[in-house]
Amino acid sequence: MSDTTAPPRRGFTLPPMTVIGPVLALVLLIVLGASLNSNFLSAANVTNVLARSAFIGIIAVGMTFVITAGGLDLSVGSMAAFVAGLMILVMNAALPTLGIGLPLVLLGMGVALLAGLCAGLLNGLLITKLGIEAFIVTLGSMGIYRSLVTWLADGGTLSLNFELRRFIRPIYFDGLFGVTWPIIVFALVVIIGEIVMSRTSFGRHAAAVGSNEHVSHYSGISVARVRLVTYVMLGLLVGIATILYVPRLGSASSSTGVLWELEAIAAVIIGGTVLKGGFGRVWGTVIGVLILSLIDNILNLTSLVSPYLNGAIQGVIIVLAVILQRGRKASS
Amino acid sequence: MADPILSLRGIRRSFGPVEVLHGIDLDLAPGKVHALLGENGAGKSTAMKILAGYQPASAGRILLDGAETQFHSPHDGESAGIIMIHQEFALAEQLTVEQNIFLGRELRKGLLLDKARMRQLSREYLARVNSQVDPDTLVSRLSNSEKQMVEIAKALSRNARVLIMDEPTAVLTSREVEILFAQVDALRAAGTAILFTSHKLDEVARLADRVTIMRDGAVVHSGPADQITEDGMATAMVGREMSDLYPAKPGIPPGAPVVLKVRDLSVARYAQGIGFDLHQGEILGLAGLVGAGRTEAMEGLCGIRPKTGGIVEIKGTPVTIRKPADALAHRLCYLTEDRKLRGLLLDMPMRPNLTLQALADFAGLLIDRKAEDKALDQAIQDFDIRGSRTVRVGNLSGGNQQKLLLAKIMLSEPQILVVDEPTRGIDIGTKQQIYAFLRRLAAEGHAIIVISSEMQELIGLADRILVMRAGRQMGILSGAALSEDSIVRLALGVSDAKSAAETAPEVPA
Repeated sequence: MSDTTAPPRRGFTLPPMTVIGPVLALVLLIVLGASLNSNFLSAANVTNVLARSAFIGIIAVGMTFVITAGGLDLSVGSMAAFVAGLMILVMNAALPTLGIGLPLVLLGMGVALLAGLCAGLLNGLLITKLGIEAFIVTLGSMGIYRSLVTWLADGGTLSLNFELRRFIRPIYFDGLFGVTWPIIVFALVVIIGEIVMSRTSFGRHAAAVGSNEHVSHYSGISVARVRLVTYVMLGLLVGIATILYVPRLGSASSSTGVLWELEAIAAVIIGGTVLKGGFGRVWGTVIGVLILSLIDNILNLTSLVSPYLNGAIQGVIIVLAVILQRGRKASS
Repeated sequence: MADPILSLRGIRRSFGPVEVLHGIDLDLAPGKVHALLGENGAGKSTAMKILAGYQPASAGRILLDGAETQFHSPHDGESAGIIMIHQEFALAEQLTVEQNIFLGRELRKGLLLDKARMRQLSREYLARVNSQVDPDTLVSRLSNSEKQMVEIAKALSRNARVLIMDEPTAVLTSREVEILFAQVDALRAAGTAILFTSHKLDEVARLADRVTIMRDGAVVHSGPADQITEDGMATAMVGREMSDLYPAKPGIPPGAPVVLKVRDLSVARYAQGIGFDLHQGEILGLAGLVGAGRTEAMEGLCGIRPKTGGIVEIKGTPVTIRKPADALAHRLCYLTEDRKLRGLLLDMPMRPNLTLQALADFAGLLIDRKAEDKALDQAIQDFDIRGSRTVRVGNLSGGNQQKLLLAKIMLSEPQILVVDEPTRGIDIGTKQQIYAFLRRLAAEGHAIIVISSEMQELIGLADRILVMRAGRQMGILSGAALSEDSIVRLALGVSDAKSAAETAPEVPA
């Protein structure tokens, strides 16, 4: 390139398409939804959309770090199902001793977090210590967790004790100042995630590792440790998402969390994180999650297009997002 | 001499503003073996690539059987019967030997592949190079020397009129070298024109009919092989005037403390028995041919790759260095030769690149971007880095990338600095800036090791020069012994009784 001096910026320059693109798409969807259905912007609908986005969203924030550092995790959907099943089993088993109350709920939460952390650690260790492709490792663990939860449920459904279910329902349905807990937790995860990604050494290191692991190694960064931590973080976030998910239905089965991994990856990519690593933004992922949820919501609320075409429309959006990313590469 | 099959006339080649070939003439005659010699960077590879159509010439003519021609791609070259065997093999690792030999020219019977015929021909070609390899083996399972033989079998299958080989013996055992030479003799008798490069002058003397020697992108000698001695070849390869490109050497002050003491450093497969003392204020050169293990030895020293043995003392204290962070903690820092793949994050702008290694100094819980920006301002000023701060560094010029890399390393305040090929691919003005900078660092009390394949650079810059050959330390030169001649002798292993006196290895105390 020939420009050797940065031309001083004059006036207002539009941010690049990769920044505006997802935001613009989200705004368009909101305008579209509002004009098609008067209930779209009602508090009930907005709360519903955000709360349902929270599960995928919390996981997608973790996925943003994994992908930014040059990895991938296909196992998060079945991991969530497995963690949910385990959490239900442990809580039911401890019910006679602990009784219904806060200690039992805390035990369930602890189990979920610990299980998620261990699952993430296992993925991470296999990938970084044994040097197996992330795709292969997590494809394998995806099958393992899915199969384990089916086995635990004996092919059926694992249900929380009925009384216990009533006791923990508020975790999903209640909240503070009219904002439900899943939304609050989602917001916290996003804020912390965005700060970690853009303002801390770890975030910088994750992007560096994804951009070029040799450069990172030569710069004294422990490539394996950075990658490992991203998988552990993701596992932990899967645990958090599960804690919020279980109170909603109070059950887990082999169909819990199916395709969550693809929705999470899609949200990350739509948000502008580069699939091959090296650049990631958490706020973009949030927009990606909201775009996917809104499409689903609008199709359900309106009769414009059959809701059965939801997957097709999401697919088109994902491919468009990647084409936009390519445009960035070519122009820079 | 018979009329040449392939000739270069006044070939010039520029990469951007830098001209690397300044009007090359070369003739390849049928039934003759032609050796092309020169230091690294003399332009041999570029000349060969132009011959085979891998790169276009910027100016000049290529004559095929006396008629001017143009090669737009290696395919054009191959159609004319010109086959090049690269130093890095161009075989598809996941295909079988047979599939590789016939890659792109598969034999067919009707619509289907004629596997039987290809199998039979593969066996014939492999037999001609005395190779025991089964045509059905995957190339990824072959050793380097077996791959070399497959490459030659592949060239045979293409009825090469001109065969160009880039350092064909570099990866071969001596027994395999014999087989290769026998095959070259057979090809010569069959009237093939052969061009090869080698750093092993005895092989050249033995095999070549004609020798052409290049230096700095120009031919400095061309003539029959029996009219030049190995010594003469070495002399012709080197021997340039020194200029004031290099800063003055104050010499190591007597009594300067040893800051780095290395004994018996070994890195599996690459280096063994490396030992030296590095003094405060000293620049120690590390010379040797490409592949001599210089980079690997220093990477072992700095914890970038595992070392298999050796004692390292920094300022008199034995230290254990297992990973780059350990070296950094002892203020020992390695600056890579490969700034594009190992030095800089090309997709990112200057700021994250500058602070990547010393990020801990800029971050508590959060990264202090203002401090980063200030450091970048300072670095741009100190190192005279020109270019936009917001553009991705992949778009900076090589010289500016190198300066940014230097700035990045210096941010972690190393006491001992290992710089690997610090001036590769950059222009002369920037080179001078980098030499001056390294000397200034030394004067300020740093200790520096410079790895370089340019002997002039080492002689101009270094106080002493350690020469490696095939993973072993051949000697340490200092004072009057710092000459290209003595370096080449050690690096090529042609040191004889006469020169042994002046190149006697320094015995570490």
